[in-house]
Amino acid sequence: MFWTVTQSLLNGLGTTIQIFLWTLVLSLPLGLLFAFASRSRWKPLRLLMQLVVWIVRGTPLMLQLIIIFYGPGLWLGHNIWSGGEAGRLTATIVAFSFNYACYFSVIFRGGIESVPAGQREAGQVLGMTRSQIFFRVTLLQMVKRVVPPMSNEIITLVKDTSLARIIAAYELTFAGYSFMKSDGITWPLFYTGVFYLLFVGILTLLFNYIERRLDYFR
Amino acid sequence: MAILEVKNIGKHFGSTRVLEDVSFSLEEGSALAIIGSSGSGKTTLLRCLNFLETPDSGSISVRGRLLFDASAEAAEREKNLRRKRLHFGMVFQSFNLFPQYTALENVTLAERLLAGEQPDFKQRRKEILDEIDRHGRELLAQMGLSERTEHYPHQLSGGQQQRVAIARALALKPDILCFDEPTSALDPELTGEVLKVIRSLADQRTTMIIVTHEMAFARDVADQIIFMDEGVIVEQGAPGDVIDNPKEERTRQFLTRYTQSSRL
Repeated sequence: MFWTVTQSLLNGLGTTIQIFLWTLVLSLPLGLLFAFASRSRWKPLRLLMQLVVWIVRGTPLMLQLIIIFYGPGLWLGHNIWSGGEAGRLTATIVAFSFNYACYFSVIFRGGIESVPAGQREAGQVLGMTRSQIFFRVTLLQMVKRVVPPMSNEIITLVKDTSLARIIAAYELTFAGYSFMKSDGITWPLFYTGVFYLLFVGILTLLFNYIERRLDYFR
Repeated sequence: MAILEVKNIGKHFGSTRVLEDVSFSLEEGSALAIIGSSGSGKTTLLRCLNFLETPDSGSISVRGRLLFDASAEAAEREKNLRRKRLHFGMVFQSFNLFPQYTALENVTLAERLLAGEQPDFKQRRKEILDEIDRHGRELLAQMGLSERTEHYPHQLSGGQQQRVAIARALALKPDILCFDEPTSALDPELTGEVLKVIRSLADQRTTMIIVTHEMAFARDVADQIIFMDEGVIVEQGAPGDVIDNPKEERTRQFLTRYTQSSRL
């Protein structure tokens, strides 16, 4: 039984890791883009960003996931997500990426604004372009400042992947839960918890490493 | 002919007048010190010269070339702004060194970025970068920081950081080097080393504008003094005139207040 459970959980973990990694890969740049948009000199764009962030942060991710997965099928008459597990996964990743990009954008904006104006001015008087100033001067200082709040969000993301169960994506929590339903045993639930703990444990070590790597400057 | 010609500069922040009708000129190889109490507009004037603020009126010319004209169209003013900035170097009160770069990297960063825009950069990459590196080390040596090239800003004292900032400003060989209260953020025992460096630059006939509260230093180093109050130039001339024999009542009052407070 132990091996059956382990195999199922590893299977679920595979899906969880896919959701996690794809969401990160997509939401980090998207979040940076949103952060720029929310600092735009063009007011309509700023207001639009505020509205989007308000809606996305103000409603449950689970609700967003349900709407994104079932909505197109009901409105258009045909499902835009390909059938089966792949479609569920894609819908999950789209919903998660957009949701997390909004949270990240607020953290990034705070990080950018916490870099003193004098840094940008020093770049300007040295004849640097706006993008040179961002990539050569601001970015790394911003990254250093956002590592602690980002580690919080990213750890939350690991556990939020369990929400994908609502559209029947076979992820880690779904896998553990299914044994309770079919066999009436509870220990797989705790075993599932251990998987999450290990996952988050590894991430914590990684964040500590990044923080130490950025410790060389203040 | 004067290297710098500033004519009728005016600047408002909202309804507050910060500068009005500021005009002066500067000869190549001479040092100008701007004195005055806090809020008199000295710093804003320097920031206008470095295009960190846009004046509402007036014009700025360097070597007879018009760099800024408030009456021109915005697009015209923005054109080549980056290049125009390079006529001026700026040393900030709070240093503003880039914390993630070593002293040497701080000095060479801008020069490396500009070199990357040269058409022949790809072929001569190594040669050009070596030359920039050598130039950076030379500047730091000139600042007495040969032993500190690989240090990060937080590992340096305030005086050392400010000297790195001076080397950084010199790296692009500006026509005019501006100092915005370069010693105001320093502990008193560290001001000496920075003033010494500025003095040696003056001895080498570097064209400079120094906004400062160090009156004795200004009299000593500057060829020309401007006293500002409430956004206007009240008095300008040789240090012997402005500081020792001020004509204007406001200058006298400022200097009296200054000598009293420095005696305390």
